[in-house]
Amino acid sequence: MPKATNADDSEPSDGVQIDLISGERMDGMATMEKIRMILDGVHDGNIVILEEGLTPDEESRLIEVTMAEISPDEFNGIEIETYPKSDTHDSSLLGRIMGGDQAETKLTVIGPANQIETLHKDETLISALVSRN
Amino acid sequence: MGLFTELKDSISRVTDRLFSEQEPKRIGIYGPPNAGKTTLANRIARDWTGDAVGAESRIPHETRRARRKENVEIERNGKTVTIDIVDTPGVTTKVDYEEFTDEMDEDDAIRRSREATEGVAEAMHWLREDVDGVVYVLDSAEDPITQVNTMLIGIIESRDLPVLIFANKIDLDESSVKRIEDAFPQHTTVPLSAKEGDNMDEVYDKIAEYFG
Repeated sequence: MPKATNADDSEPSDGVQIDLISGERMDGMATMEKIRMILDGVHDGNIVILEEGLTPDEESRLIEVTMAEISPDEFNGIEIETYPKSDTHDSSLLGRIMGGDQAETKLTVIGPANQIETLHKDETLISALVSRN
Repeated sequence: MGLFTELKDSISRVTDRLFSEQEPKRIGIYGPPNAGKTTLANRIARDWTGDAVGAESRIPHETRRARRKENVEIERNGKTVTIDIVDTPGVTTKVDYEEFTDEMDEDDAIRRSREATEGVAEAMHWLREDVDGVVYVLDSAEDPITQVNTMLIGIIESRDLPVLIFANKIDLDESSVKRIEDAFPQHTTVPLSAKEGDNMDEVYDKIAEYFG
């Protein structure tokens, strides 16, 4: 069974670390800070779970930066799954102007593509099968 | 010429350019790998200019860099719509060079994956900066509800870009246009086969209606 480790633990481990990042921690961060935090975690082989997800613009930049960092035999990208939009979200133009381009409350799971064997989502469950290679 | 007149002329030139109906709209063709984006871009370009946009292939990431066909004039109902078609690489969150090693040697596979990643990054950048509208191409024989499709449609919506969803490959037995309509009911879905040229009249009608 995968064993969660302390984020500051520098000892090598054969487990899989899962970083659950609160919305509060993401609130004060700039887009590139968020992306750096996610990709640093994924490069280390961690599964990163964001309590409040990313905005569409941040998702676009995450894909762009991920592509720039793909390297043969080292890092071949990410697997990502997010719950669908909340029905209560105000998606009108006025709502977007008033509310900015903020993330809706949604949970996002991101992990290294070479370690996540399957990442499946249905309406109420995201299920990841992670290898320890 | 006085300073005021010069300033007025300068502002007038800028506004004329901004609101000119003659300025071609840049329409990005986006979607997952192997949805038939280049086949569609070639079909449109050949129908209206006689030239193709780029090579087509069954191997994913045949289109590694965005390619543009400028000044494609589409005539519908006596009106001409001019667009620049931007055919982009299939968007994905992962590229593994080993996927290509069955088809080519390792060096070529590594080169192909590097070009693919640069192309996807460029396509994402252009989506934020450089397109006026989007044609989102899906393979109607595949499940459309993937994270990449959901994310990309969300990104397009957040930028308030006009978007048409094209359900391609309706010539295949497994095709289901309804599955795509049900997945993205907030957008117009147009069924077609870019390979066979099926339903292209409706494709051009919708392009003129949405992007003209």
